[in-house]
Amino acid sequence: MIDWFSYVQIAVALLAGVFCLVSGFARRAPNDYTLGATALVELLLVVQFVVALVSPAAGNPPKGDVLTFWVYMVSALLLPAAAAFWALIDRSRWSTVVLGVACLAIAVMVFRMNEIWVSPNS
Amino acid sequence: MPSTTDTPASSPSGEPRPSGEPPASGQTNAVGASSRSGKIVRPRVAGVGRVLVVVYAILALGAFGRSLVQITEQYNDAPVAYSLSAVSAVVYIVATIALVARGLVWYRVAWVTISFEMLGVLVVGTLSIVQPELFAHATVWSIYGIGYFFVPLVLPILGMIWLAKNKPVKA
Repeated sequence: MIDWFSYVQIAVALLAGVFCLVSGFARRAPNDYTLGATALVELLLVVQFVVALVSPAAGNPPKGDVLTFWVYMVSALLLPAAAAFWALIDRSRWSTVVLGVACLAIAVMVFRMNEIWVSPNS
Repeated sequence: MPSTTDTPASSPSGEPRPSGEPPASGQTNAVGASSRSGKIVRPRVAGVGRVLVVVYAILALGAFGRSLVQITEQYNDAPVAYSLSAVSAVVYIVATIALVARGLVWYRVAWVTISFEMLGVLVVGTLSIVQPELFAHATVWSIYGIGYFFVPLVLPILGMIWLAKNKPVKA
């Protein structure tokens, strides 16, 4: 992983999460903006996935546990996709809240993934 | 034999809840083939309850992932803590299903699993502070779930409130 990219990703996921939560509590059903924000979070995760695949070959291997990292990575990739799928089926404001919860969870997961990448005992 | 339409609540046409989904099975209204007068059903999970289910699912995923890694890589380091991780993962998964599933049995399963989580986070949380050597390796419940932003501590409470407010009703 690349430090600055991870931090950008965490910031985007936090912003998207708060935005979706606010929209949801403002009684909005999932719309292009909230789904778009979630899609952006997912897109950055796909980029991160590629970065994590390529980094070891470029002399930047994970210092922490590799299996833990990949369990996080795969779970993270699934989460916004599942939330967005949910939001397309259940058109209620609570689906917007669900999008927000998923984005915030991604922020935490990327933070943990970055920790695992840079530090051997985490 | 099914009696004729019994209560006004079980009118065959409209579902009272504002969800856009079609009724999943014959259970939604009491006019299905299996209905008797006064049959007790669980209401469909709606509104904020759905968010609760999602948070449960995320926690189940987290607990499952962690215990998978612990057991495949370092089970012999701390069999007690890691077995506990696995048990908690299974309980979270069952609780997630039990919150959604419609049957009366599932309602009881939800109470049992959520109570187990409450007990688990309180007992393991306390032990991990009083007797830290027992739990040298992290579990979801260590220090009341601090590694998961105390979600494991708050979630069973919310789950119990939700279950108490959404009792099975006579259809």
